[in-house]
Amino acid sequence: MNILNLLILIPILTVTGIAVSKSMDAVRKVAAIGMFLQLITSIVILFVYMGIRKSGVTDEMVLMSDYTWFTTINIHYTIGIDGISAAMILLTSIVVFAGIFASWEVSNLQKEFFISLILLATGVFGFFISIDLFTMFLYYELAVIPMYLLIGIWGTGPKEYSAMKLTIMLMAGSALLIVALFGIYYLTGPADGQHTFNLLELAKNTMSLPAQRFFFPFAFLGFGVLGALFPFHTWSPDGHASAPTAVSMLHAGVLMKLGGYGIFRIAMYLMPQAAAEQAWIFIILTSTSVIYGAFGAIWQKDLKYINAYSSVSHCGLVIFGLLMMNKTAMDGAILQMISHGLMTALFFALIGMIYSRTHTRIISEMGGLMKVMPFLGVVYLIAGLASLGLPGLSGFVAEMSIFFGAFQHDDMFHRVATIMAISAIVVTAVYILRVVGILLLGPIKNEEYKLLTDATWYEKISTLSLLIAVAGIGIYPTWLYNMIYESIGPIAAKLIVY
Amino acid sequence: MNFQDLLLMQHELLLTLAALVVLCVEIFSPENNKRMVVPLAVFSMLLIAAVSFFFPTSGKAFGDMYQSDTLRGAMKSVLDIATLIVFLQSYGWVNKEENRNKISEFFIIIFSSLIGMNFMISSGDFLMLYLGLELATIPIAALAAFDRYKMKSAEAGIKLILSSALSTAILLYGLSMIYATTGSIYFDEVRAAFKPDALSVLGMIFFITGMGFKMSLVPFHLWTADVYEGSPIAVTSYLSVVSKGAAAFIFTFVLYTVFPIASEIWLQVLVVLSIVTMTIGNLFAIRQGNMKRFLAFSSIAQAGFLLLGILGQGQLGMGTVIFFLLVYVFTNLAAFSVVAAISDATGKEDMTDYNGLYKTNPNLSLMLMLALFSLAGIPPVAGFFGKLFLFSAMASKGYYIVLFIAVINATISLYYYLLPVRAMFINKSDNPIEHFKSNIYLKIGLGISVVGILLTGVFSIVYEYLISVSAGL
Repeated sequence: MNILNLLILIPILTVTGIAVSKSMDAVRKVAAIGMFLQLITSIVILFVYMGIRKSGVTDEMVLMSDYTWFTTINIHYTIGIDGISAAMILLTSIVVFAGIFASWEVSNLQKEFFISLILLATGVFGFFISIDLFTMFLYYELAVIPMYLLIGIWGTGPKEYSAMKLTIMLMAGSALLIVALFGIYYLTGPADGQHTFNLLELAKNTMSLPAQRFFFPFAFLGFGVLGALFPFHTWSPDGHASAPTAVSMLHAGVLMKLGGYGIFRIAMYLMPQAAAEQAWIFIILTSTSVIYGAFGAIWQKDLKYINAYSSVSHCGLVIFGLLMMNKTAMDGAILQMISHGLMTALFFALIGMIYSRTHTRIISEMGGLMKVMPFLGVVYLIAGLASLGLPGLSGFVAEMSIFFGAFQHDDMFHRVATIMAISAIVVTAVYILRVVGILLLGPIKNEEYKLLTDATWYEKISTLSLLIAVAGIGIYPTWLYNMIYESIGPIAAKLIVY
Repeated sequence: MNFQDLLLMQHELLLTLAALVVLCVEIFSPENNKRMVVPLAVFSMLLIAAVSFFFPTSGKAFGDMYQSDTLRGAMKSVLDIATLIVFLQSYGWVNKEENRNKISEFFIIIFSSLIGMNFMISSGDFLMLYLGLELATIPIAALAAFDRYKMKSAEAGIKLILSSALSTAILLYGLSMIYATTGSIYFDEVRAAFKPDALSVLGMIFFITGMGFKMSLVPFHLWTADVYEGSPIAVTSYLSVVSKGAAAFIFTFVLYTVFPIASEIWLQVLVVLSIVTMTIGNLFAIRQGNMKRFLAFSSIAQAGFLLLGILGQGQLGMGTVIFFLLVYVFTNLAAFSVVAAISDATGKEDMTDYNGLYKTNPNLSLMLMLALFSLAGIPPVAGFFGKLFLFSAMASKGYYIVLFIAVINATISLYYYLLPVRAMFINKSDNPIEHFKSNIYLKIGLGISVVGILLTGVFSIVYEYLISVSAGL
């Protein structure tokens, strides 16, 4: 059996295990063990993948399996991975693993919580291993049910509003995708007359230019909504602020990356000419995203909103890097997906932990937390530094590659856009350092806070697993960089590379 | 004409037999002991469904007026399944104190209406179609007024009979125009003689209008919400699934087989109708507080989606329409069964009554959620496949703009399908509906529906089968 199937099988078994568990403690243990196995599987898959590559296999996708599903419309269940998806799978399993421990203390409807959370993750895993566009879309949509319930039931603040807004906006995004999906399916001329959803088969033929021009915006915006592209980002601050910790982690950390991944793997790969033609429109939008998100974060008083706006900014950078259409910038963009995924998950985990102690997320009400909870404080500081791109942590490598690639364009338009995007780094530094200054350093504002305790063992597992990954990528990025670089090749070759 | 030909109509004959058997039991059983009736009706329905599925007939009788083949057999099977589930879910309601003396009537009337639908589907000419349609509709009007001591139920009966009288008149008017220009009422002959001149096209449009009433397409939908709300829930679910399904089957079939020459015209009409139907149905559903009215408008919107499948034309269109309706049968009946269970136990039918339902009745809540997500077209349940295949069928003919409008509508529909979910799972209530146990029949009915929702999509064999029986259109 293909090892990739385990990525779907383990969560399903875990969910079954949770469903039959009797006690609260059993539920979370089953969840933790299941997601630990998932993490191990992801690491094994990564090594298997690298082993295959080392043995000289140059296929675009490896570890492929193909099962026919609907013969009439030629839908297959086709799975396989390349370097990009292998990295994304690892990212997802780290975040889910950390998310389980971050929600160790969930007590309201605990069983349902973990089932929904793991189902949400299953959709993401399925998305990354799919090669058939139909199954890919199916997995993508699978996230809708659990997402709504997770935010609506276990969220905080205006959760009903946020849950509905997030669900409807993302559904609207996938509505655009449906149009693009069938456009691609019916209008990409197949060699043997049989239409196909298979990504690799589709990439061998190209759509006519008018069709590309029509469908590219659908595909791009469809995924762009998920990637929080300005002006379709408004679900993100509300949704992420209201969601329970683990969902914010998973959503900002991984689900938003599906947007960038889809833009790259589907929109730009299958409609390269339209991508080149229309890139300027979206470059304007993404550089606005980057700047807007950063400035938005400055004005926020709630920790989660700060992080949500900062996600808009960073995810804007992902799409910005992709649109630069050269290998360096694209590689940086994908590194940024992984780096930001880990970083933002770490942030949301920490915010959840702080909130569970202080019962507030308003920065001005807190202060001097470093003194009472040194572990959480230090980790928060490191995460902050990674976010503003300090060398030695993951953010630096990613952002440097993006800007390095972007500067290879020497025309005025790209220069201006790049400089705009780069200037966001300064703004990022402002809001990160401001939060760190008020929240962690400074005097303790509330006497009661002196009694607060530092991280518990499960919180340490949650944060350390993310922190190790962030630092690991920062210190030794080469293997990841190279692995992604190899896999970008076939896609970049179709785009017009400057 | 010999005995063998008569056996082609085995399905209709068996249904007639079942109606007679129930009638005899009614006559010969004592007044206050009619416990036999429900199991008997359910069992005969099951038997009929099995016989007609496993021993399909194929051929023509009565000078081609009656036709039977695998395609029509598949349509009838879908209706059989739907009726079976309706029977199962009606148990609690027919056994209520006030209905106990007329249990058998319910089943006899449903059987006769189903006979009508079967004749309609099997018709080879417009006269047969008309007869079947009438036989199908008039009994339902009686059913709608079944709770005759309730004002709303009586009103529903009157509304249904009046609006179907009007629609039938329009339909007949249209058919007479077609007869006038083509000189025949037989499908094959009409097809050969049909020319898209003004009078013929007008006749065809009248035909579409008449059928539009039955399928409650906008702007012919005004009776729907009131009738659905007033009728007993079992009747409402029968109306929204079986009656609508039968009309949609024969509508699609006639458009494909009788009017292929005028396809450009009816395609345009359908595009407009479907856009209006989806949009109006969706927008009105948002504001509904009563679950039955809510499901009524949702079913209007679903009919709009169904029309999109017809745009696919030919084998793909027909197969997809049947598949969508099969999925719709399971989905809508699951939703109605939950509504019926709650209504039987507590008499409550408003969405606000559902607040906090998950805490007290988790299983019912989960099933209703599953059904609503299937209606909204969210994977992995069957509704997703049903809807995507409709979209696929339509996109195969290049209707991308219409597709765009449809997916926007699907997004709007998700909003209101989430409202009951929010009520059940998120809203808090001081006095939620108490925990109650449903009767075994309803549980079986719900079980069939839920298994259908979960499996029809994922197991590709169902779709493949329906596409294969639609070959040659």
